[in-house]
Amino acid sequence: MGLVLFCAVSITFFLMRGAPGGPFDRERELLPSVKAALETKFHYDGTAWQQYTAYLGRLVHGDLGPSTRYRNRTVNELLAQTLPVSATLGGVAFALATVGGVTLGGWAATRRGTAAETGAMLASLLAISIPTFVTGPLLILVFALWLGWLPVGGWGGLEYLILPAITLAGPYVAYIARLTRTSMLEVLGQDFVRTARAKGLAEWRVVSKHVARVALLPVVSFLGPLAANLLTGSIVVETIFNIPGAGGFFVNSIQNRDGFLLEGVVIVYCALLVFLNLLADLAYPWLDRRIKLK
Amino acid sequence: MRTHSPWQKLLARGGAVRVSLIVLVIVTLAAVFGPALMPESAREVSAAQFAPPSWEHPFGTDLHGQDLLFRVLSGARVSLTVGIAGALIAFFIGTAYGLVSGYAGGRTDGVMMRIVEILYAVPRLIILLIAVNAFDSRIKTGLAEFGAPALVAYSRIVILILSLGLIEWLTMARIVRGQVLALKAQTFVLAARSLGQSHWKILTRHLLPNLVGVVIVYLTLTVPAVILDESFLSFLGLGIQAPQASWGSLLADGAQAINPIKSYWWLLVFPAATMSATLLALNFLGDALRDVLDPRGER
Repeated sequence: MGLVLFCAVSITFFLMRGAPGGPFDRERELLPSVKAALETKFHYDGTAWQQYTAYLGRLVHGDLGPSTRYRNRTVNELLAQTLPVSATLGGVAFALATVGGVTLGGWAATRRGTAAETGAMLASLLAISIPTFVTGPLLILVFALWLGWLPVGGWGGLEYLILPAITLAGPYVAYIARLTRTSMLEVLGQDFVRTARAKGLAEWRVVSKHVARVALLPVVSFLGPLAANLLTGSIVVETIFNIPGAGGFFVNSIQNRDGFLLEGVVIVYCALLVFLNLLADLAYPWLDRRIKLK
Repeated sequence: MRTHSPWQKLLARGGAVRVSLIVLVIVTLAAVFGPALMPESAREVSAAQFAPPSWEHPFGTDLHGQDLLFRVLSGARVSLTVGIAGALIAFFIGTAYGLVSGYAGGRTDGVMMRIVEILYAVPRLIILLIAVNAFDSRIKTGLAEFGAPALVAYSRIVILILSLGLIEWLTMARIVRGQVLALKAQTFVLAARSLGQSHWKILTRHLLPNLVGVVIVYLTLTVPAVILDESFLSFLGLGIQAPQASWGSLLADGAQAINPIKSYWWLLVFPAATMSATLLALNFLGDALRDVLDPRGER
């Protein structure tokens, strides 16, 4: 587990140092002495291996290093400023995706073979097939420009959260709905459900007490990666809605060769991923009593 | 009991499968032949900037006065090529990796699957971006030096195909490995082994044919995934670049044309509708194929 985190960070580090071009290559050629001074200041001196070991040494002390793009800021400061914004938006989107997806999927599964089920599943397949950079501008067009109900973009009160959160959650609502429905259908066919029905339980109690817990397993294992993705920000949604989050760092730091910033983001992302996957593993036996952790 | 071929079963699943097939055939034919069939005037830059949809320009025109229908169709060529070629690369790597991992078993399998797990944890976007950033200029100069300057314009497409293919194979490898593990435990593999057949023969003659169904299903589902990835990169300005177009780059232009002053909605709506219809059809077909070919697969 820790191994996965360590390897992911190391791979990113060496990919970044191995890629051609450096953070101090600009249009204007720098004097060798100036470049050397910059490299020392920003911990880019020595071989890649030396930089790597020095970086790990600083990491142990919680120092993520300096940013070469935002020269007077450290990666710690940059992340402390932007991650809360991304995490707020991501958290709302996560709640929307989970609650909406499970409800929609469960609803569709209990109405097997009806037009409502077909409609719900086609709609969710459609939502998966449209990229967020299309739904975002379309939502802006309709709800901000034509109807004028919500702001076009920016960051502030609750009204600024609605459109980006819907945009961000859309495809995941659909994905979770599909996952829930398939899994529910499978569980509904199992013997313990027949027993529950045979002993005269009301259908909604069968579903809520017996089926839902077990059927949620595949959804729970998807929630880890989902939360890690959403909480660290999405460049597309943050760009479209002009939100000062951390999503842009992912892409921009690669283009600016801002190594430490990228590695900082990767560390946060991977740590979240690993931690949330662990939580999901721990939740399995609680949801399905037949599972025992080794 | 009558036996049905998978094809018949697929068609028997109802109208939506047929509609998906028809959509895919139409989009493919339009992408292959459409741009050549359109009048010369449609291809060129004209003074008719941002003309709304009309009989002359069914999808309207863009910033340069080019016909949007023509742009969408040439974009379809690029997007479909990237999607299919990328998915094929992913398919070859994933199948080979999964076959070896599952068949070898034991420690080899453990190490190989741990590698997949680690690669899953590195955000895919990073590998993609680094590949595009790092190899773009190299491939361009390489193509120019080795006598194929005409291909320089296509270097981005080549990079996108390679890097997307090199990223999308992970899921395929996992699924193939799982299937191989299940197949390996069956008696016909034991029989083949006790008859003294070589590993290579067991892999190619006995295991591979049994994997065809699963692999086709995930190939169908990987194509839309790669197309979506490509559009995402193009949206970020790292994919296909002007004057060439892909669905993603058209959508990026369209998304920028939505602003409080004047909204040229057709620039977004028509490329989005074409791409979504294609992806929807591919996903739907993949789902239907999975129900037919892989009744026990995870959904």
